[in-house]
Amino acid sequence: MTADTLLKRAERLSERSGLSITTISRKLLNDGKGLERIRNGGGMTQKTLDQATERLDALEVAETPRAKELLSPEAMTHLDRLEAEAIHIMREVVAEVENPVMLYSIGKDSAVMLHLALKAFYPAKPPFPLLHVDTTYKFRQMIEFRDALPERLGVDLRVWKNEEGIAKGVNPFTHGSAVHTDIMKTQALKQALSHYKFDAAFGGARRDEEKSRAKERIFSFRTADHRWDPKNQRPELWNIYNTRTAPGESTRVFPISNWTELDVWQYIARENIDMVPLYFAGVRPVVERDGTLIMVDDDRMPLHPGEKPMEKMVRFRTLGCYPLTGAVESSADTLPKIIEEMLLSRSSERQGRVIDHDQSASMEKKKQEGYF
Amino acid sequence: MDGSVFNEGDDIHEYLAQHEKKDMLRFLTCGSVDDGKSTLIGRLLHDAKSIFDDQLETLGSDSKKFGTQGGEIDFALLVDGLAAEREQGITIDVAYRFFSTDKRKFIVADTPGHEQYTRNMATGASTADLAIILIDARHGVLPQTKRHSFICSLLGIRNVVVAINKMDIVDFREDKFRAIEEDYREFARQLDFETIVCMPLSALKGDNILTKSEKTPWYDGSALLPYLETVKTERKDGQPFRMPVQWVNRPNLDFRGFAGTVVSGEVRPGDEVVILPSGKRTKVARIVTREGDLAFADKNRAVTLTLEDEVDASRGDVIAAAGSPAEQAGQLQAKIIWMDEEEMLPGRQYILKSNNRMIPAQITDLKHRIDVNTLEHLSGKTLKLNEIGECNLSLTQRLVFDPYQDNKAMGSFILIDRLTNTTVGVGMIDYALRRSKNVHWQALEVDKEARRKLTGQKSAMLWFTGLSGSGKSTVANLVEKRLHDLGKLTYVMDGDNIRHGLNRDLGFTDADRVENVRRVGEAAKLMVDAGVITLVSFISPFANERRAVRERMEDGEFIEVYVSTPLEVAEQRDVKGLYKKARKGEIKNFTGIDSPYEPPVSPEIDIDTSEVAAEKAAEMIVEYLDRNGYLG
Repeated sequence: MTADTLLKRAERLSERSGLSITTISRKLLNDGKGLERIRNGGGMTQKTLDQATERLDALEVAETPRAKELLSPEAMTHLDRLEAEAIHIMREVVAEVENPVMLYSIGKDSAVMLHLALKAFYPAKPPFPLLHVDTTYKFRQMIEFRDALPERLGVDLRVWKNEEGIAKGVNPFTHGSAVHTDIMKTQALKQALSHYKFDAAFGGARRDEEKSRAKERIFSFRTADHRWDPKNQRPELWNIYNTRTAPGESTRVFPISNWTELDVWQYIARENIDMVPLYFAGVRPVVERDGTLIMVDDDRMPLHPGEKPMEKMVRFRTLGCYPLTGAVESSADTLPKIIEEMLLSRSSERQGRVIDHDQSASMEKKKQEGYF
Repeated sequence: MDGSVFNEGDDIHEYLAQHEKKDMLRFLTCGSVDDGKSTLIGRLLHDAKSIFDDQLETLGSDSKKFGTQGGEIDFALLVDGLAAEREQGITIDVAYRFFSTDKRKFIVADTPGHEQYTRNMATGASTADLAIILIDARHGVLPQTKRHSFICSLLGIRNVVVAINKMDIVDFREDKFRAIEEDYREFARQLDFETIVCMPLSALKGDNILTKSEKTPWYDGSALLPYLETVKTERKDGQPFRMPVQWVNRPNLDFRGFAGTVVSGEVRPGDEVVILPSGKRTKVARIVTREGDLAFADKNRAVTLTLEDEVDASRGDVIAAAGSPAEQAGQLQAKIIWMDEEEMLPGRQYILKSNNRMIPAQITDLKHRIDVNTLEHLSGKTLKLNEIGECNLSLTQRLVFDPYQDNKAMGSFILIDRLTNTTVGVGMIDYALRRSKNVHWQALEVDKEARRKLTGQKSAMLWFTGLSGSGKSTVANLVEKRLHDLGKLTYVMDGDNIRHGLNRDLGFTDADRVENVRRVGEAAKLMVDAGVITLVSFISPFANERRAVRERMEDGEFIEVYVSTPLEVAEQRDVKGLYKKARKGEIKNFTGIDSPYEPPVSPEIDIDTSEVAAEKAAEMIVEYLDRNGYLG
């Protein structure tokens, strides 16, 4: 970045946030007159520039000018409309369904969903619990992040593990990704929903993720044995949602159906939403298997002969079970950098998930069988 | 920076700033099988660089396996999602696609072109701001084209792009394009579109998609994507503020908020609002959000309002601008699209769900079906899957609504089967039927029209004129009885009775007779204004005074009934013995004896009770009223 770009960005931030150039200058350069000098052609060292750039990154994220923006009767942006739609959907569920739950996967889509729930019911807390289906092979940082939630946000968090699966020692290494996912995730989810008698479950799935999801309703009906019938979906018109189910049946509700990956990231940046650190680049121990970088997150991971964890600067585009989630080499350690990388890499996000590679129509099959 | 594409070296912050300001356009594509719909969407996704490289790779291998383009990239495969339809090579449900340029985010509803899938098209159209209607340049306007256009129009889409596709196959000939355009515009005159833009395209080859094609130098319009990026569909419709209460937010005793989405108009703290259906008035205190209170909230915004007074409001109530509240009715006429295999049964109770309220309702009458190909009205007793009809509905509670035409969110509903819980039909409200109540809370707004809606009748004055003893009062009383039996609100003003009260100071001089008629005319006019069908039974001998009353009324409100029974018959009847007295000179100025009667020249109704029995006469008058729309 040049001094010129820095100045341009600072001016834009000033316009957007209402902070004066002098204030911004002081925050970036410890000198209220610094930006003024740059404007008049003054130079600076590369080190100063780098430091100022870093501070500007942080400042831009911190200065989310929401309230101010909403005060002026401007047209709603696409993010505003998506946000309003999601809030409407959540309120509809809470008003009409007896025992709803929010499936919380700890990933970025869940983070957005949770944030939307905090908004939808403010000043009340979200009037439903969060449910995390713990396969016992999630990244440790995910679990730390999850366990801090109740205190940080005042939400009711429930964790479900398939104890049968644990007793049988099901794991992704000896049983393979398909069996592990089925027993520890799909079956566990069904157990939890049946156990708590949840009759509606929010999920963070998006229609842009995968083709069969593009056709799924926002309120997606499930039979008593949790199956989805793509041929027999309820018509869904306007924003009038049919929430009715018979005892035992349930509904999966996807409030962020109409969001894209870019929308999600942009919203995280705009709203300053806390994320699991794994999304940001950091030095982590990984091994390379079948062209995929797998992080050695704990000592349960058996190393192949000759395999030795390498310390690499990596991050994750999607989060799941650590042995099944590919890392990408990256230096993106801020939100703008992550978005930049995403835009440049042009590779859709589910590619990092080993389970989807099985076959082209695999997701549709999984969904019919009760995968979320 | 080039559009939505982000390139190495671009400034990410600038990109994000730009992309945060985008607005959104939702559109649907519709057309017949093989019009190239999926190809067009695939092309838009591809040209707007919304396809990721790995998807492009899968697309390449899938094209070889399933493709219909002989190994070339088949964009349709990108869009056709479910495994079953891949095998059939057709789209079978509504699919939503997303792409972005630097100006807009687009949500595309892709809907199928098969006859049996009207319901999916209606689903896609219900949330779309604009429709792209595809026509194969080789085939021109087909029945399906008309059907899709009609459904778009019915669902309230006002802007359409007619994409005349496969122009490459007809050598980009202008005459082909013009002929189809003319055909379409001719047909579309029956529909409710505000803008129709026709474009010559080849989705397969990419002509006039991203930029203007060199192959259509004769075309002076815009290419498709630039048009979609700039078209304005959200008109300032000036609709008043409405917010259906979705959920009451009561985290503690100190806070009571009403959460909902603003569906029309805008709201500010201090605005006077009315809670419907209760009609309680109050003011908005705060617009609460997690980021702080707002000074303003407009359409589509999801907010939480607090009110100044402790008024009762619950889910399903509507908070509306006090100056222009919504209507309320228990009886409605609506257009219904049937969406279930099991046909609609008039008389069966369904659950009607509309702006957050569920009310048991039955379809009392299918007025007619609408042929979606010809728009003709057909008779019918029931609606089958994908059929559309105009129906009367009867609800077990009153519904707060606005006509769909004015306000989509307030005028739409779905019908749910009580047993299976499936959505079996959807409806768009036209208006309230007569027995329901149109409640207006603004004093000034309760006018004659409002009262007429309340009573479901067109109030008017039936002015019976004729000699004493001609049978005016007898007939007037019979008419009133019949109207009363029909549930109409009526009042008879009888000459003799009025002379005991209002006009007791008047005699029978010509001047007094004039004043007598004037006062009665004024009083009757107030009654008509009050919504009452008013029957005035007065000799009213002078043509001038009757005309004066007529002229004070609006067209059609004054119905002159000339009871033309001849003098000899009237005198012979002499029910009250007045003729005898007049002949003896005991009564002066008796009409027909020593005071003139000026018969009407062209009365609306002429009855001679010496020829027609009073009952028959009354029947004729009621028939007249019915025929001319006074009875609703």
